[in-house]
Amino acid sequence: MSLRKFSAAAAVAVTLALGATPAHAVIEIQWWHAMTGGNNDIVNKLAEDFNASQSDYKVVPSFKGSYPDTMNAGIAAFRAGNAPHIMQVFEVGTATMMSATGAIKPVYQLMKDAGEPFDPKAYLPAITGYYSTSKGDMLSFPFNSSSMVMWINKDELKKAGVAEIPKTWPEVFDAAKKLKAAGHATCGFSNAWATWAHIEQFSAWHNVPIGTKANGLDGFDTVLTFNSPLHVKHLQNLIDLQKDKTYDYSGRANASESRFGSGECAIFMTSSGYYATAKSTAKFDFTSAPMPYYPDVAGAPQNSIIGGASLWVMGGKKPEEYKGVAKFFTFLSDTNRQAKLHQESGYLPITKAAYEKTRADGFYEKNPTLQTPLKELTNKEPTENSRGLRFGNMVQMRDIWAEEMEAALAGQKTAKEALDSAVARGNTMLRTFEKTAK
Amino acid sequence: MEKSAFFNGKLLPYLLLVPQLTITFVFFYWPASQAVRQSFLREDAFGLSSEFIGLENYQALFAQPEYYKAMLTTLVFSTLVAALSLSIALLFATQADKNLKAAPAYKLFMIWPYAVAPAVAGVLWFFMFHPTLGTLARPLRWMGFDWNPLLNGNHALILVVMAAVWKQISYNFLFFLAGLQSIPKSVIEAGAIDGAGPMRRFWTIVFPLLSPTTFFLLVVNVVYVFFDTFGIIDAVTGGGPAGATTTMVYKVYADGRLGGDLGSSAAQSVVLMAIVIALTAIQFRYVERKVQY
Repeated sequence: MSLRKFSAAAAVAVTLALGATPAHAVIEIQWWHAMTGGNNDIVNKLAEDFNASQSDYKVVPSFKGSYPDTMNAGIAAFRAGNAPHIMQVFEVGTATMMSATGAIKPVYQLMKDAGEPFDPKAYLPAITGYYSTSKGDMLSFPFNSSSMVMWINKDELKKAGVAEIPKTWPEVFDAAKKLKAAGHATCGFSNAWATWAHIEQFSAWHNVPIGTKANGLDGFDTVLTFNSPLHVKHLQNLIDLQKDKTYDYSGRANASESRFGSGECAIFMTSSGYYATAKSTAKFDFTSAPMPYYPDVAGAPQNSIIGGASLWVMGGKKPEEYKGVAKFFTFLSDTNRQAKLHQESGYLPITKAAYEKTRADGFYEKNPTLQTPLKELTNKEPTENSRGLRFGNMVQMRDIWAEEMEAALAGQKTAKEALDSAVARGNTMLRTFEKTAK
Repeated sequence: MEKSAFFNGKLLPYLLLVPQLTITFVFFYWPASQAVRQSFLREDAFGLSSEFIGLENYQALFAQPEYYKAMLTTLVFSTLVAALSLSIALLFATQADKNLKAAPAYKLFMIWPYAVAPAVAGVLWFFMFHPTLGTLARPLRWMGFDWNPLLNGNHALILVVMAAVWKQISYNFLFFLAGLQSIPKSVIEAGAIDGAGPMRRFWTIVFPLLSPTTFFLLVVNVVYVFFDTFGIIDAVTGGGPAGATTTMVYKVYADGRLGGDLGSSAAQSVVLMAIVIALTAIQFRYVERKVQY
């Protein structure tokens, strides 16, 4: 085929293809996300369903790697002037995103401009609180949320003679000692996400502040305060138990979750999102229980805070594109869709209606493990200390807190020294961030 | 007169240099100058605000005890990696240089690991020596050795050193082997006839004649440990536990990419750049004197 003939043929083909689509142009909405495996399929399915439900907009999801990768890709794209419309950002990136006025379009503003029906009260406050201003304006749209729970290997607990699932920290320590005596020599209990467990969730669950200004939600001039006597006492307990591995540290992220699935650790705290993996790998009877607390702390347990990610709308796009994004968010908030998402993925439902529906359907009687995080989140009305947290540079700050915890657990520092140093180093970072965040 | 007719004008030599100069400028001087510029600025991650703050980034950097710790870690790490990867590679190369039956296959296997990306090498070692998942860590623990790179800084450092050395041996091996093969056999044979044993022949004949290769590899390896190892560290330990494996280049990465503090990150790269330039200068000034070309 000669080149001329080929191009003529191509032109015909293109014309035909165009003729097949509706006469008006479809507006594309780019959605960058970090979901892998089964959750990636869910993202694609959501986009497909939305695209099939109407003909004006087309949501195009693209996988951009891990959470930090996706965030960095979005930031780099913004600097180069071609940011996506929607970007999935994990919870610890919240402060960085919201400080970037001009780079983002707040969700409440988006919904108002687009004239979409939007009632922030329809969403679970424990979830939206994390992503809202202190005035209650929702800045980003919660997508996948989870919380921390304590996973229990019921078979091993029974073997070790622990009759009841421990509720408090002293009970957990006792159970761990029994487990250790019953053959779990390398791990009485453990946890993934070291700082999320022992600093962030621990503080919220005991209604003590991580930092001032409602853990940073009310302003970037927040100062860290998690070196209180309670925090020191808790870390000291872990240090003591680490010595003979009644407690055994499992690293900063969640690579060691397999310690639960393999049966090594019979008590293991990690995200409620571990459910799907636990279901497929654990060859024993397991369940999830609320995080433990110290009974001598007044008001404990309070409520837990969320983890996971939310969808941020980037700034500088056309109004008609924003309209499409708003319609997509309305689509996502639909009760049936939310209930189905929750039941399939194990992530939390974001609307009250979806939670009610799942409960009314009797889903939790069959799957009680999926209700544990919801019970924790809604245990009490959130306070200043348990609404969430918002610290700049949180991604790196977690590493710094973990460094200090590791130093303490390895016996290089006392609990007090480690926490004082974590607070001091964190505060230095917060001040640097405050200077750049306007 | 006739000769100058061929090279009329002064333009041609410069023209011939242009490609090389362009590459050097675009890929070396321009990014380096950007780093220097950035190190005097304070910028948010999105680049929405930018403020000239002079030397504040440097002052903050040198006020951090962690930075000195990272320097010390870098010193230990780079000495270990350079020394081990050079000496092990030299050992392997001298063995491969002998008349072996399977020498080509042996050489091929030795070179292979170099094709592995640092981060992949890191993940590999992470899985082999992870205290609970690791296929090699389990026997260690089973033998009663409390192997725990998650909390024990020395264990973690050993782990990243092993991974970095393993990765670099192939490269060094290749150059050492080529160096060994270029040494005239007659010189060695003459030594043998004079009654020198294998060890003596190695230290008095082979090693000195190999010194240009060794020197070249020393320079390359120092640059390697200083710049290219952060992928391994990121994958194996993430700089932990308690900063025990945070080297200077890892800190550049962590502060810039994870922390979004581009100013401090840039200041650190400038410091790192200065150190490597100084080290290379020292190597050329003092070590090279001992090299026999």
